[in-house]
Amino acid sequence: MSIDFLYPEFEVVRNMDRCITCRVCERQCANEVHAYNERLDKMVSDESKCVNCQRCVSLCPTRALKIVKSDCKLRENANWQNDGIREIYKQANSGGVLLSSMGNPKELPVYWDRMLINASQVTNPSIDPLREPMETRVFLGKKNVKPERDESGNLICKVPPQLELDLPVMFSAMSYGSISYNAHASLARAATEMGTYYNTGEGGLHEDFYQYGPNTIVQVASGRFGVHEEYLAAGAAIEIKIGQGAKPGIGGHLPGSKIVGDVSRTRMIPEGSDAISPAPHHDIYSIEDLRQLVYSLKEATEYKKPVIVKVAAVHNIAAIASGIARSGADIIAIDGIRGGTGAAPTRIRDNVGIPIELALAAVDQRLRDERIRNNVSLVVGGSIRSAADIVKAIALGADACYIATGALLALGCHLCRTCQTGKCNWGIATQRPELVKRLNPDIGSRRLINLLTAWKHEIKEMMGGMGINSIEALRGNRLMLRGVGLTEKELEILGISHAGE
Amino acid sequence: MSKGVHFVTGKLWRDECLCFFYFQNGKGESKMKKEGQVRIPSGCAIAAVISTEGKKISGGLVAEAMRPMHDRSNGLGGGFAGYGIYPDYKEFYALHMFFDERATRKDCEAFLKERFEVVHAEVIPTRKIPAITDEPIIWRYFVAPLQSKVAAMQVEEEEYVVRAVTRINTEMNGAYVFSSGKNMGTFKAVGFPEDVGIFYRLEEYEGYSWTAHGRYPTNTPGWWGGAHPFTLLDFSIVHNGEISSYDANRRYIEMFGYKCNLQTDTEVITYILDYLIRVQHLTLEEAASVIAAPFWSTIDRKTDLNDKEKHIYLRTLYPSLLITGPFSIVMGFNGGLMALNDRLKLRSMVVGEKDDKVFIASEEAAIRTMEPDAENIWAPSGGEPVVVRLKEGVQI
Ligand code: SF4
Ligand code: SF4
Repeated sequence: MSIDFLYPEFEVVRNMDRCITCRVCERQCANEVHAYNERLDKMVSDESKCVNCQRCVSLCPTRALKIVKSDCKLRENANWQNDGIREIYKQANSGGVLLSSMGNPKELPVYWDRMLINASQVTNPSIDPLREPMETRVFLGKKNVKPERDESGNLICKVPPQLELDLPVMFSAMSYGSISYNAHASLARAATEMGTYYNTGEGGLHEDFYQYGPNTIVQVASGRFGVHEEYLAAGAAIEIKIGQGAKPGIGGHLPGSKIVGDVSRTRMIPEGSDAISPAPHHDIYSIEDLRQLVYSLKEATEYKKPVIVKVAAVHNIAAIASGIARSGADIIAIDGIRGGTGAAPTRIRDNVGIPIELALAAVDQRLRDERIRNNVSLVVGGSIRSAADIVKAIALGADACYIATGALLALGCHLCRTCQTGKCNWGIATQRPELVKRLNPDIGSRRLINLLTAWKHEIKEMMGGMGINSIEALRGNRLMLRGVGLTEKELEILGISHAGE
Repeated sequence: MSKGVHFVTGKLWRDECLCFFYFQNGKGESKMKKEGQVRIPSGCAIAAVISTEGKKISGGLVAEAMRPMHDRSNGLGGGFAGYGIYPDYKEFYALHMFFDERATRKDCEAFLKERFEVVHAEVIPTRKIPAITDEPIIWRYFVAPLQSKVAAMQVEEEEYVVRAVTRINTEMNGAYVFSSGKNMGTFKAVGFPEDVGIFYRLEEYEGYSWTAHGRYPTNTPGWWGGAHPFTLLDFSIVHNGEISSYDANRRYIEMFGYKCNLQTDTEVITYILDYLIRVQHLTLEEAASVIAAPFWSTIDRKTDLNDKEKHIYLRTLYPSLLITGPFSIVMGFNGGLMALNDRLKLRSMVVGEKDDKVFIASEEAAIRTMEPDAENIWAPSGGEPVVVRLKEGVQI
C-alpha cells in the first residue's frame, strides 16, 4: 500500500445469508467491483472501485446488497476534511486537475428553500384546478413590437419568432456523446409528447432525431461540433452556448474514448480524437461580436427561429444579460452554480459562479429598470429540482426553466457523480453499447412524461391556491414570495419581503 | 388574510412613500400603514350610468344608487366620477387636488404656474356633515399646458399633463392630484359613498355619465387619496375585487414610466388601460382581450380564424398584462363607459337599460334605485367587455 492509500469511501455489504451467487451484481457493475470466487463459491467485492451508483443494489434479486459510507476515516478535522485530504493525495500522485461531474455538491445556500409561496384566504378566492381552466402555456421570444394596423384598421398579427411551451419547463442541453443515444431518444420523445423542447447540447443532432426537430433546440457552442445548415434548419430554436453553470469560463472536453461511431459522425470529427471546445467562441471576444453571431444565425435561418444565448451566472450577470438583451437575441438562458455537467474541473465547478436565484432576481430587475425586459425571455436552470422551484423561479421573473439533472434522475441516474468515467451503469452517461441498452427509451420517455405531468399538476395546484389561473400572471409576481431566514441584503436582491411582513 | 398582511416592497418604496401625507387627524401617528406603504385588499360596490344621447343626469342619482349597497362598503372610502360636468371649461384639464395645508397649496400653485396657464382656480364646494370628517383642503384648477414647455419636452400634450401630475403625486409632500381629465371630474373621500355624494353636493352637477364606488378595505386608517375612482387624464376606474396578478402587472407596467405609488389594484388597472389604449393604440375591446383574455382552450376552439389569430397575437404580446383574480371594473372616459369582469366572473356585475340610458352595478338593487323600470337586465359573462358610447353625432 502506498502513502496515497485511503480506505475506500464506500463499503459493499453483502448479506451472505441472502446471497444466492446469481452473479447479477457482477454483470451489472461496469466498475468491476463484484466477482465470483470459484474456490470459495462466493461473491467477493473490491470496494475501492465502487462509486455508489446503487445499480447492484437495485438489481440484486434477494436484496442481499447494500452500499454504505465507510466509517474508516482520518481523524476528524473541521478544517481539513476527508474530501480535501483525499484530493490532495490524488493530485500529489497524478499532478493533474481534478475532474468531477454533476452539480456542485457543496453546502451552498439553496435560496429556493428559503422562499415560501403565498395562497389566497377570504379576501380573494383560490381556484380549483380540477374545476376551472388553469393555464401553463408560455411563449418565449421577443415581445417588444408595437401593434400595427392595415388600412381597414385590423391588427397586423405579426410577432417575432416564438417558442410555444405547454408548460414552462424544457430539457436543458446535454450533448450526444456525453449522454447516450437512448437518453437522447427519451428526451426527444418526451419533449414532443409534452409540448416542450429538449436541447442537443454541443454534440450535433443524430440523424435519427431530425424527426423531433419541431421540439428540438439546436446548440452552437465554441467547438461548433456538428453544426451545419441542415442542423440549424432542423431545430425550433438555436442556442448559442457561451457558458455553463458548472464550469463558467471554460470550454468542454469529451475524451476520445467516447468519440466512437455515431458520436464521431454526428460531431463531424474523427473517431478517437478528443472533442475540445475552446473556452471562448473564437469569433466572440466582445458583445458586438455576439451580435454578429446572433444575426449570422438568424440570416442562416431566415429570421424564422428564436436565438437563445446561454450564459453561466457570474458576478456581473445583470450587466451581461443587459448586453445580451440588446444583441438581438430572443431568449437568455442563465445557468446557476449548482448546475450539472458531464465533466468539469472540480475547483471550477465548486467555486466559480453564483446561485441562480440571485442571478435571476438581479437580471429580471435590471432588465426592467432598463426597460428592456420585453426584448427577451428569460430561462433559468441549475438547479431546478421540483415544481415548487419552478413556481418560485417564475414568480421571481423567469419565463421558463431548464432541467437536466432532474430529467436524468427520472431516467434512472442515481447521482453517483462519475459521469466523466463513461461507465454509467444506468445507461445514461456512457457510450458502451452494453450499458446504453440498459436504458429503454420507451420506458425512459414514459418516465419523463410522468415527471412533467406530475409537475404540471403541482404547478397548477400552487397557482390555484394563489388565485392565479394563468402562469403569465405569476411571472415576476414577487409579492407571491416571502423569505425565511434571509438577511436584508438577500431580501433586497431577491426583491421580496420577509415572511411576516 | 394572507394577502392582508402588510408588506412593503423594499426600501425604495418606503422612501417614496414618505412623500405621502396623512390627512388623518394629528392625534398620535398611527403605526398602521396606508396606501403606498402596504397593499390593502378590499371588497367593494360599483355603479354607473350613461345617457347615450348625452342627456344630463344629476350626480345625486348615482349617489342614491349606492344606498342599497351600503353593506358592500365599510365607510372607509367612497367616490364618483362625472363626465360632461364642466361644459364651460371643456377645453381645459380640470385638476382636482387635496392639500394638507395652505403652504403646500401655495407651493403647488407655483409649480402649476410654471407649467400651465391656470384659467380658473377655486375651492371645491362641500357641505359640512357629521359623517365626513378630517377633510383636507380641496381645490380645483382648470389649466392649459404651456405650449412652449410641451414643445421643449418633445412629448404629446397629454403625456405632458400625465408627467406633471405624476410629479406632484410622487414628489410633492402634502399635495395630491386626484382628477386630471377634460370636462370630467372625480369626487372622493373617506366615508360611505352616499355620504360622500352629499358632502360634495353632487346633486348640483350634471353630466351625461357617472361612475360610483364604495370601498370595503380590510385594513387601512383611511386616506382620502386612496378612495376610488382612480383616474389618469379622462380615464377613471372603479373596481371591485382583489387581483392576484398584481405584482406581475405592476412590475411590467412600471417599465413604461408609470409609478404604482398607491399599490392598489385600481391604480395598476388604470395604468394598464392607459398604456394599452393611449400608448399602444389598442381599441377598448382589444384592451379588454388583453386584461381578461379568453382561455387558450377557448381560443384554440375558435373557428373565425382572424379572430383566433388576433387573440393569439394579443396574448403573445402582452402576457404580463393579463389580470387574474376577481374583478369587476367600470372604466369611464370622455364619450363612454366600459364594464368588464374577470374571465372567471368571480365578482358580480349586472347591466340594465332604459330608453337612452344604460346602467351598470354590482347589484340589481342599485340599478332599480336609479331606474325602477330598467329593462333587459343581464349579467355579462367573464371577460366580455360591455362598451357603451355616446351615439354618433351627439355633441357634448
Ligand atoms: S459501482 Fe454501482 S454497481 Fe458497482 S458495486 Fe458500486 S453501487 Fe454496485
Ligand atoms: S448519469 Fe450515470 S454516471 Fe452520471 S451521475 Fe447519473 S448514474 Fe452516475
